[in-house]
Amino acid sequence: MSDKVVSMPNEERFQARIDAEEKIEPKDWMPEKYRQNLIRQISQHAHSEVIGEQPEGNWITRAPSLERKAILLAKVQDEAGHGLYLYAAAETLGITREELIERLHTGASKYASIFNYPSLTWADVGAIGWLVDSAAIVNQVSLQNTSYGPYARAMVRICKEESFHQRQGYNIMMTLMQGNEQQRAMAQDALNRWWWPSLMMFGPHDGESAHSAQSMKWKIKRRSNDDLRQQYVDQAVQQALAIGLEVPDPDLVWNESRGHYDFGEIDWAEFERVINGNGPCNRQRLAHHVKAHEEGAWVREAMAAYDAKRGKPTVDVA
Amino acid sequence: MSDQSKLYEVFVRSRRGLDHKHVGSLHADDPEQALEYARDVYTRRGEGVSLWVVAAGDITASQESDCDSFYDPLDDKPYRHAAMYDLPEGIDSL
Repeated sequence: MSDKVVSMPNEERFQARIDAEEKIEPKDWMPEKYRQNLIRQISQHAHSEVIGEQPEGNWITRAPSLERKAILLAKVQDEAGHGLYLYAAAETLGITREELIERLHTGASKYASIFNYPSLTWADVGAIGWLVDSAAIVNQVSLQNTSYGPYARAMVRICKEESFHQRQGYNIMMTLMQGNEQQRAMAQDALNRWWWPSLMMFGPHDGESAHSAQSMKWKIKRRSNDDLRQQYVDQAVQQALAIGLEVPDPDLVWNESRGHYDFGEIDWAEFERVINGNGPCNRQRLAHHVKAHEEGAWVREAMAAYDAKRGKPTVDVA
Repeated sequence: MSDQSKLYEVFVRSRRGLDHKHVGSLHADDPEQALEYARDVYTRRGEGVSLWVVAAGDITASQESDCDSFYDPLDDKPYRHAAMYDLPEGIDSL
């Protein structure tokens, strides 16, 4: 008897549960590919939260006021917390934190490509909070209904906290746009550089997305890449216009019959280049993470030594 | 109830997709017994689809009396709330 026949009832029950909008919980039977697909997506999401701390962290010491500095610190702290929620959700699928970090360091696991762009000016901190977090929220709101329980619950927690992130970013942009000519130019320059990468965050067109069809059937993903991207564009364009920014897309036009903005084509060659490791900061982002991880080794060792001294079972710190 | 029986805290997941919620506690001699007691005591009317029992002694808890110093550093950060940031008129999707 083949494995397939043996596994049929399980698989059918699993799909029936998903079709009925019921959540899958950690101890349920699930197809191995569902498990692997989720580990890939949740860990990529977790790595994105953590690597995303770097372009913003770059400006903490140079924030223009004590208040802006405290706000940025609080935001970056949230991102670290979001990474933790997501790593914990991934770990319910039977993979260890060490393995997840290892996959990030070897390049086997990816993170959102947008964090491979540099944050050159203070306005970039505004653009990241506004655009990158807005794009993330559009995606994450839909993922609150993902089929895997721990992932869905992590999304609910994260979405609650994200609203502050996009607003503080938008507030930075708005404040710059109320400033002098130089400050307005700075905000416009940041939008010009972050606009297209933010559209790329939603991934390839629906027809070309490698994982989409199966992920939609399993309800890991709930809405298509193009559908989510359209919602983001409609919101972000309106927000840009409201504070006097110009969206850097000559093809952008309101389409009355569709009730949506039409917009230009993404530079997919650039998308591929950055995903495949050759964006402006790919090597720097990864090297920084590896360095921080290695420099933290003594803390993990000290904790293990303390546990050993108190007679508690030690955890492997390799 | 024997002197040796341990206190267990009981958590019920009422529906798939929701967190387990604390519903109460009971005494039992071992975790398996605690699970069966919990089923009989807390889920007689289909209240849940999953039960957790945790030995109360294994729970490390914060002290309510330490609230002031424990949470103090978190109290003066209104900027962590989205409501602190005003939006221009007509923008409601942030």
